[in-house]
Amino acid sequence: MRTMAIAAMAALALAGTAEAKTWRVKPGPSAQTELQSALLSAKPGDTVQLAKGRFALAGGVSLDVDRVTIRGAGADKSVLDFTGQAQGAEGLLVTSDGVLLRDFAVENAKGDGIKAKGADQITFRNLRVEWTRGPNTGNGAYGVYPVQSTNVLIEGVVVKGASDAGIYVGQSKNIVVRDSVAMFNVAGIEIENSFNADVYGNVATRNTGGILVFDLPGLPQQGGHDIRVFKNVITTNDTPNFAPKGNIVGTVPTGTGVLIMANRNVHVFENVIGDNGTVNVLVTAYRDEIKDAAYNPLPRDIVVRANVFGPGGFKPAGDLAGLAAAGIPLPDILWDGATTYVAAGAPRAEPVRIDIRDNVRKDKSAVSVLSLGVDIAGGPLTEAQPTPTIPPVTPIAEPAPVKLPQR
Amino acid sequence: MMGLSRFAGVLAAIGAAVSILAAAPMATGKSAGVQTAALLSDDPPATLQATGLFRDAAARDPAPGVTPYALNTALYSDGAVKRRYVYLPPGAKARYDAEEAFGFPVGAVLVKTFAFPLDARTPDGPERVLETRLLVRRAQGWAALPYLWNAAGTVATLTPVGATIPVTTTDASGASRTLTWQAPNRNQCKGCHSLNGAFTPIGPKARNLNGVYPYADGAENQIAHWTRLGLLDGAPAPDAAPRAPPLHEATAPIALRARAYLDVNCAHCHRPGGPADTSGLDLRWSQSEPVRYGVEKRPVAAGRASADLEFDIAPGAPDRSILAHRLASTDPGVMMPELGRSLVDEDGLAVVRQWIAEMK
Repeated sequence: MRTMAIAAMAALALAGTAEAKTWRVKPGPSAQTELQSALLSAKPGDTVQLAKGRFALAGGVSLDVDRVTIRGAGADKSVLDFTGQAQGAEGLLVTSDGVLLRDFAVENAKGDGIKAKGADQITFRNLRVEWTRGPNTGNGAYGVYPVQSTNVLIEGVVVKGASDAGIYVGQSKNIVVRDSVAMFNVAGIEIENSFNADVYGNVATRNTGGILVFDLPGLPQQGGHDIRVFKNVITTNDTPNFAPKGNIVGTVPTGTGVLIMANRNVHVFENVIGDNGTVNVLVTAYRDEIKDAAYNPLPRDIVVRANVFGPGGFKPAGDLAGLAAAGIPLPDILWDGATTYVAAGAPRAEPVRIDIRDNVRKDKSAVSVLSLGVDIAGGPLTEAQPTPTIPPVTPIAEPAPVKLPQR
Repeated sequence: MMGLSRFAGVLAAIGAAVSILAAAPMATGKSAGVQTAALLSDDPPATLQATGLFRDAAARDPAPGVTPYALNTALYSDGAVKRRYVYLPPGAKARYDAEEAFGFPVGAVLVKTFAFPLDARTPDGPERVLETRLLVRRAQGWAALPYLWNAAGTVATLTPVGATIPVTTTDASGASRTLTWQAPNRNQCKGCHSLNGAFTPIGPKARNLNGVYPYADGAENQIAHWTRLGLLDGAPAPDAAPRAPPLHEATAPIALRARAYLDVNCAHCHRPGGPADTSGLDLRWSQSEPVRYGVEKRPVAAGRASADLEFDIAPGAPDRSILAHRLASTDPGVMMPELGRSLVDEDGLAVVRQWIAEMK
């Protein structure tokens, strides 16, 4: 009986293999049409295989079929080159479920690099997304860009040169970002308006800001919560902010390690964070006027523990440069201190717990912490009443590890 | 009262039934009627002519039961001339809706042909016809069938992978103008025609159809006409239905003209449940909260497209409004809409800019 069951399963597996088709696409003058045709013709279970070489594409390409794999010969070997892009707001767009993208590169997209919208079980693996001229305001906004997606896995990707965020996960749920590298972007890795994310084992360096956890008003999904940022290396984020003004990341001071803005239950632990010229860890309320009555701009239930700090605050930029000029040295961990806010004209208060403990410095000196004592979200820094004392809080439970469905 | 063309529609249906039995439309000349069964099948007609929607190869002469219509304000497509038609199976009616696209019955076909007059100074002269796109209402939902015309304009072939076609015409000043026409692929069709994940028509809404059309047998309001022909169920008198003014209707308030333009050109994506709902911008005609339609709304994921500007709409300052900036761009990483144009719609832009300039 058992043997029969196994035989039946084996037969099923074989049938599955036999039916799945591989669509092979090569670089060349008709690459655009061949690649897009393959992406349109593929059936669930199929693979679109990119040959080695450089695919010069004049327009964005898109995939809307479930359970398709797009696979190249390596992140340096199969390159989708959008330098000559004349059409399409991103390089590659995915709008279907169960898609695996692996082992290829996207270069010089006119807008975003790879966008996945409304995708469940989307995997980005061993990819490179790059704007090859380096930091430039004219580069596309996001490198790897899942939005309104669920069960997102980003691993082993390298993103360079994004004028907003290299790896940007927006309005999504159940997210793992690991073993990836973000360099020379405005924001290295950004988790925005998202629920349940684990960000670990990544390197964020030479960006304007290393790892950002944001929540913004006025969006379909807001109230970001349950984010763990751990065991990352977040060092030497020193690229002058090159975001176009008006974008929220344009406010990130050059030389920021970790930036938490709004959100609930964010745990930052066991990271190496250092050589960030403005501040190693910044915890702040959203500072603009809030028209959205449902929005909470305060970061609350924030844990920063057991990190190893290198030097920070030695070259403060942006608003925080003013603090330093006023004789307030920038600490390793800076909190604006906000516990009240005004949303849609109504004043509100919120119990805010900030738990900072067990952090160490590489040079064994004491880890410095400062609350600016700006009680109201967005309050002027000129009215700061800095204090190194942050009230002790009851323990804040760490979110459970993110579990992704078997894929 | 049964209108003459409704009677013709019944005849067409009989013709269709006969031709389904014959399994193929007649090869030449005379119409065999609309091939509903073939259009509803997974193997739709390979050429537009085989759909039976038109009596002539050039698709200028609609088959009986195929009714022309026009929109008060249309999507800008590089200035292409558009010819629209609706076909409903005999006896079937669309369901009126005051807000969204009408509810069309299975078997309904929406037809849109795109063409450019070769010389803008003689708009009724020879033209380059590019595409005829069909939306067919099947039992499981809408299907898009894009037919691409050959250069001679004699045959249109089903082409779901899209195409890029250079088009050279003479503009109103007599100068030669070349544009790159992008026939969308199936995914790109969905890029606009998607609402809550389902393929959805955009144009045929009450506010956009509520206008007079010059039918062959006399001018008539389209909602009244559709109702009279038995194509539409539940519609009020045109006076009681919403109406969006045409872009150039100088007597209409600028705010209504601009909002109608944004509704048609942007709101299929920028609305809850639309492909661009991520930013929270809602450009539907019905949205009454200024920040939701962009007033002092900050960009979310615009990247360099924000052009160092703070707000989608800065009241009184079109030059400081991201929305106007993106309408004025042809850079693929900046321009809005993302698809469907390679030129700037100067007329639409002017109306939007005036609206913002006059906004307090």
